[in-house]
Amino acid sequence: MFDTATFPGKRSLEKRRINNVEWALICDGVSPDDVYDVLATEEGLERALAKLDTIKDDIIWWSSGAETPQRLADGEIVIGSTYNGRLFSVIEEQKQPVKILWDWQVFDLDGWIIPANLSDERKKQALDYIYFATDTQRLADQAKYIAYGPARASSAPLVGQHADLGIEMAPHMPTDPENAKTTLLYNYEFWADNRDDIDAKWQAWLTR
Amino acid sequence: MNEATAHSGPMLAADGTPLKVSLGRALRRQKLRALVLIAPLLIFVVVTFLAPIGDMLFRSVENSIVPEILPQTVKALENWDINNSKVPGEDVYAALYADLKMAVKAKTHTKLGSRLNYETPGIASLFRKTGRRIKRMDESGNFKEQFLKTNKEWGELPVWKTIKTFSGNYTPGYFLTSVDLKLTPDGIRLLEEDKRIYLFLMGRTILMSIIITLACIVLGYPVAFLLANLPLRTSNVLMILVLLPFWTSLLVRTSSWIVLLQQQGVINDTLVTLGLLDDTGRLELMHNQTGTIIAMTHILLPFMILPLYSVMKTISPSYVRAAKSLGANDWTAFWKVYFPNSVPGIGAGAVLVFILAIGYYITPELVGGTSGIFISNRIAYHISSSLNWGLGAALGVFLLALILIFYWLYDRIVGIDNVKLG
Repeated sequence: MFDTATFPGKRSLEKRRINNVEWALICDGVSPDDVYDVLATEEGLERALAKLDTIKDDIIWWSSGAETPQRLADGEIVIGSTYNGRLFSVIEEQKQPVKILWDWQVFDLDGWIIPANLSDERKKQALDYIYFATDTQRLADQAKYIAYGPARASSAPLVGQHADLGIEMAPHMPTDPENAKTTLLYNYEFWADNRDDIDAKWQAWLTR
Repeated sequence: MNEATAHSGPMLAADGTPLKVSLGRALRRQKLRALVLIAPLLIFVVVTFLAPIGDMLFRSVENSIVPEILPQTVKALENWDINNSKVPGEDVYAALYADLKMAVKAKTHTKLGSRLNYETPGIASLFRKTGRRIKRMDESGNFKEQFLKTNKEWGELPVWKTIKTFSGNYTPGYFLTSVDLKLTPDGIRLLEEDKRIYLFLMGRTILMSIIITLACIVLGYPVAFLLANLPLRTSNVLMILVLLPFWTSLLVRTSSWIVLLQQQGVINDTLVTLGLLDDTGRLELMHNQTGTIIAMTHILLPFMILPLYSVMKTISPSYVRAAKSLGANDWTAFWKVYFPNSVPGIGAGAVLVFILAIGYYITPELVGGTSGIFISNRIAYHISSSLNWGLGAALGVFLLALILIFYWLYDRIVGIDNVKLG
């Protein structure tokens, strides 16, 4: 990503601070375990932005998940970040010459929310649904349609074939051991606290 | 004696009431009837336009969340001097305990945390963590020690100074941020250099809007001139060419510009095929200011052409003929006679284009990259993504004020009476 000599051309990154600053630090030699400790300091953020400065002119920013795949297909960019589910459809469904680099994939967790003050009956329905939706088989089934998940380790062996394409989905899962050699779980706590502060600096940096 | 001199008092109507009163009543009735007629529209405008905007603008100063969630703490803090070098005493911690206990029950303490986190990073988690432990705290006393034990940040000055600074019902804080200043316990200060963005962005928005307006004048004037002076058949065809893009969705037009402008896009491909460009030297026409200016000029062009056209249509061709018969050449006739007559059209078009441009959002977002975005992109970001509505509202007020200032300036320089939309 940062090696513009070997891989000249535009690269596409998300127009947010999350993930980008972490990757910048890892690529700058910070040990992945220390990323958030470094980032918490003023100098740490400056270091991340300085690293990103080296390629700032080559970055096309994306804000919706379809942009990187689109730009890859158009030949606008040589490399970019995006959701792996999108890349799966570019590679397998549309047969574009694209490959995934899984190094330091960041995994993101989605949660279910039950609104407060529900009546007992509706709350029970909601809980029933969540129980159903998150059970081992259901999480594995999700992979029939998109290369995401499964959040449960016990689901992994149950992952089958894609519903339409009939290819084995297991190797396309981000949780596949081959793919998940290096992973980063982003620190929600850290971002909840520092989001406003870092964001102000990030936006100012972007605009400059 | 005749009748007229018998009544030396006020003139009377047929029923004997004074004419003035009777007239006034009739007029009032008329006014009322008119009001009833426009009532549906008036109510609609107030409910769907003025009220929400007013409410949104109010958010730019509103800060009631702090005194509402921490009423006792705010009261107890009144006796604590903000320049104190020591944290407040036990009474404040006791008040904080009482307030937080209520807040945790209502689950509002995290909201408060996010509010104060705009000002001092770290407060969000302080409130969240403390909220989790508040149930386990001993109610009998020694609150200061207990709070310090749950989180040592409760013993630090910045936290208390932030709470004290933002304890009022109203705050200028958002407005200060929107002009790159901030409210600190020691007064108003410039925002840290690496966070300053809004004044710069506002300047860029104005500058680029002016460039776009000028480009629209330069490109639109000849087209409007042709429209007004060609024979009807040809000018009708031309008019359709102007109106067709005008009727096409904004999003479609912007997306088409992406196809045209990108590095592997139509324009670059054509130039490379023609040999005018090297394949490695493709032009960067979008994700920068160039892209925003090109696309927005195209999109706003009809707003310049149409007012210009309608003004030019009213300029009688006999003026130019008269000038020529008095010995003026083509250029003098145009410049001395035709052009001054078309200035009201330029004025109307320029005001329209400029005001539309300065608040533009979608086009800069899609083709502007980071160097071609406008202030409205930041407003949208704060409204829909960072959820800092106060700051978004303050920036909105700022933008609105800016437009009013420009309008006023324009009125002073050109005169709004000289603007003609048709």
